[in-house]
Amino acid sequence: MLSSIAKQRAVWGAHAPLVLAMGPLPSRTFSATHDPHIRSLLTRRVLGEEPKRTREARALRRMIAWTIYITFGGAVLLLLLPRTFARWSALLTTIAGLILGLIALVRTPIADLAHFTTIVRAPWVPALGMNYHLAIDGVSLTMVLVTGISAVSTVLFSWDVEDRQNEFFFWLLLVVAGCYGVFLSADLFLFFAFYELVIVPKYFLIAVFGSTNKEYGAMKLTLYSFFGGIFVFIGVLIAYVTAGSLDLNQLSQFQFSPQLQSWAFPVLFLGFAVLAGIWPLHTWAPTGHVAAPTAGSMLLAGIVMKLGSYAGLRVAMNLFPQGFQMWSKWIAFLAVVGIVYAAAVALRQRDLKFVIGYSSVSHMGFVLLGLAAATALSVSGAVLQMFSHGVIAALLFAVAGRMIYPRTHTRELDALAGMNLSRALPFAAFTFVIAAAASMGIPGFSGFAAEITILIGAWKTYPLAVWITGAGMVLVAAFTLRALKQSFFGEAEAGVLVQEGHVALDPDWNEQQSITAAEKCGACLLMFATLAVGLYPKLLLDRIMPAVEAMRFLK
Amino acid sequence: MSYLELLKLASPEIVIVITALVVLAIGLVTGHAKSSATISTAKPAHTVSHTSIATGICSVVAALGLAIAIGAILMLPQSTTLFGGMLVITPLTRLFKIICIALAFFTVLLITSQKPPPHLGEYLALVLFATVGLMLLVGSEELLMIFIGLELLGLSLYVMTAFDKTDVRSAEAGLKYLLFGSTSSAFTLFGISLIYGMSGTTGLAAISEKLATASVQPLLAVGIVMTLVGFAFKIAAAPFHLWAPDAYQGAPVPSAAFIASGSKVASFVVLGKIVLVGFAPMRGSADWHAMTAGWSPVLAALASLSILIGNMVALAQSNVRRLLAYSAVAHGGYTLIGLVAGGRDGFAAALFYTTIYAVTLVGAFGVVGLVRRKTGGDNFSDFSGLVSRSPLLAGCMAIFMLSLAGIPPLAGFFGKFYLFSTALHASANHGLLWLVALALFGSFISLYYYLLVLKAIFVNEPSLPAAQPFDRLTPDLVQRAAVAVLAAAVLFLGVMPDVLAARILAALP
Repeated sequence: MLSSIAKQRAVWGAHAPLVLAMGPLPSRTFSATHDPHIRSLLTRRVLGEEPKRTREARALRRMIAWTIYITFGGAVLLLLLPRTFARWSALLTTIAGLILGLIALVRTPIADLAHFTTIVRAPWVPALGMNYHLAIDGVSLTMVLVTGISAVSTVLFSWDVEDRQNEFFFWLLLVVAGCYGVFLSADLFLFFAFYELVIVPKYFLIAVFGSTNKEYGAMKLTLYSFFGGIFVFIGVLIAYVTAGSLDLNQLSQFQFSPQLQSWAFPVLFLGFAVLAGIWPLHTWAPTGHVAAPTAGSMLLAGIVMKLGSYAGLRVAMNLFPQGFQMWSKWIAFLAVVGIVYAAAVALRQRDLKFVIGYSSVSHMGFVLLGLAAATALSVSGAVLQMFSHGVIAALLFAVAGRMIYPRTHTRELDALAGMNLSRALPFAAFTFVIAAAASMGIPGFSGFAAEITILIGAWKTYPLAVWITGAGMVLVAAFTLRALKQSFFGEAEAGVLVQEGHVALDPDWNEQQSITAAEKCGACLLMFATLAVGLYPKLLLDRIMPAVEAMRFLK
Repeated sequence: MSYLELLKLASPEIVIVITALVVLAIGLVTGHAKSSATISTAKPAHTVSHTSIATGICSVVAALGLAIAIGAILMLPQSTTLFGGMLVITPLTRLFKIICIALAFFTVLLITSQKPPPHLGEYLALVLFATVGLMLLVGSEELLMIFIGLELLGLSLYVMTAFDKTDVRSAEAGLKYLLFGSTSSAFTLFGISLIYGMSGTTGLAAISEKLATASVQPLLAVGIVMTLVGFAFKIAAAPFHLWAPDAYQGAPVPSAAFIASGSKVASFVVLGKIVLVGFAPMRGSADWHAMTAGWSPVLAALASLSILIGNMVALAQSNVRRLLAYSAVAHGGYTLIGLVAGGRDGFAAALFYTTIYAVTLVGAFGVVGLVRRKTGGDNFSDFSGLVSRSPLLAGCMAIFMLSLAGIPPLAGFFGKFYLFSTALHASANHGLLWLVALALFGSFISLYYYLLVLKAIFVNEPSLPAAQPFDRLTPDLVQRAAVAVLAAAVLFLGVMPDVLAARILAALP
């Protein structure tokens, strides 16, 4: 095996003398010399006049790698710190991650984000060709941002966790760190390691800290993820063994035989799609979301489901473009079925969290449709939808799980309808209205910007799918409005017998039950994110589009 | 070849033998008076026996002897061959002798984690003799010598398994292990004799030369298969695994840890040497489309059976040690894939995997031993709520179980990746994909039962009525430290696998 890898290295390394002569480079990938951006860097290095701008950009890019280190460090620190510091250290860790992401967003020149540019590259297991290799482009930056936003708000919405606090935040930060790792990895093995790392912390988050039927939900979710992970494992192995490299940039230049692609692509993509909640492998999502503690559902819907779609885009579609073309119409079919089916199911749910859980599946269907349509616009829309849904789902789950449930001790829509919560919890009502509007795709919120981009982009490829999806959006609006009306704006019936501890008719209403400052901060952060991107989607689209256009499967 | 030089080259083994004799002597002098009185209950005695000083001396002497032996190995020459392969010193044998001694060292540290055995000196001497057996196995390329090593190891292990005279289970386990083990030895010996008859030699390299020119004869095939069957018993590959669950469950905890770790590593080293060096010309192929007769399809069949049976049966267990036994069967199956893949890389991957597996299992048994000492059992219910009683042990157990399941960033994840990628690479046209897919499916199943253990530890409420918290400064401080070190090693080897992988690869010719 090694000899053949070495042989392939020799092929890759045709430019090696040139590269070696130039000493340490920002990227030592030999194939990267095909990449015009890197090539321009190379020539500058050779001439010895690396401009200050480039050096600064590299320092900036390196900084984003610290999102991973800080979050892992914070997680380990939590095991050592006394209980009183747990919340604050978790909060500071996640805020640091978010700030690093924001700095990268503001300061990195847009041109630098058009390619999957190396941040760090160090040999890890040389015998197997593994490198510790991180890289960033517009797509990963978007995902890093949504991870940061969700992480901060998640910590804020778990402010009330009292039992085994350190352990809770430890698992939570592990999930976040794993997600940062996935979004920044440029080495297939590293990528896969981070991807699998996320699975087990979710189990503990749900099984230990969850609520309804938690052990069942946790086990189901973990086994589904791991089951998908096995297909991913096979796909990764096939790509590695055939191409003899683990570098994602090199792999995306490698020509896999069409025969191999025709079966390797569905294996790999299916593995990822399990995590993205593709119909009919979505059933872990609603049960998992319902069983999870609020923070767990926020993380799951906000970022973990995005891992699947991001990986499908970054790995499966980029590595096996021909295989993707062969199977894209099936993905589109599953995506459309998922959108409509999940929306229809959500319409009939009684538990508010189940409604939101199915709405997640439905929204992820949009992402998959955008990917399957494979135009620059639709794929960019899909990435934007990943961001948008990450924020909106987190907001919805926060309202249902954190604002309503602890105060009413029920999530049943029928029971909530009698409480007229909009008067008791005006801030929660306001948040939920914003979240619902964003979720339905009202213009001005990120959901609209993302979904319209996907549909316009997909029009060329799958007009029929766009028609059906358009009809599906009516269903989405229907179930969202139903949930909104029943949960907050129900008719308060006088003298109706509701269980103890409810809000509106509670004579013992006291200040502790009003919305806390931490919750307000978290909700404001999320609402701000969805509004900012909804009003000015160019902020992200400008960075996503060039990165997507550089991907191979579009050519 | 003077005897002096032989003494010098065999110095590590000699050091350990002498240590064993010394420990035996100390045990005889000190521990005897008290021994008969303490054998009364089936439950572990909580009282600290006043022979604990003697216990301490014995353990320290044994540990010291093992440390000196490691030093002696480091001083050996890089590579020498004595008596046509009877005693071979290569980088590989040096590395694995060190690994075997290190595993024995941790076993010694764990010994008092259960109730201290009444004849501690004898027990420690047996551990040391078994270690010598491991070293002979690892350090020889000659079938007779290998057989002697196997027997020395086996006989010590039978006694170690049956050592807990107060426990019926231990006696049962010892008897089962003895019967299966001696049958397997008979198979091995018979196979070896057939091969000797066909090739006229017992040196592995010489056998390989002879076989290269010989045509395939039924008798030779019988010889090879019999030898393999003997080793399949040793590594507990299905369908020759039936002794394992009882031995793992019934034996004293350190014995079980030793069977699962040191014995397994050495068996894989020697099995790899026999098939990859001795039987190299008879390899055959296990590729899906191009299966040809030889040892590799036989090993592939053993591997797939082990993976399926081990994982399926482990699902139904409610005793942690029995679960570990069945999962050991499955892990034996994974490791065999490396040998099926063959070549330098396949062997390296198999050795890496079996080493990290051994480290993980010693640690897991360490936790089991400590829990058993407090609760008197090792069912799931005895583990429930462990996290609130001892966060350290719970965390370590999580690391061990998740590493076995193959979750990053732990060593098991890299081990699996290494093993499976090598297997796919070795076969033309992804011919071994069927085996790899089966193994991945097996590891999917395995996550479920490992999570069941962790669920008991982390999620379930403590079920014991008198579950007092583990004292922080009890005499088992050494055991806790050992377990923590092993957990750190598993984590470290997962994050920086190159430390071990590059060494193994460099040690292989």
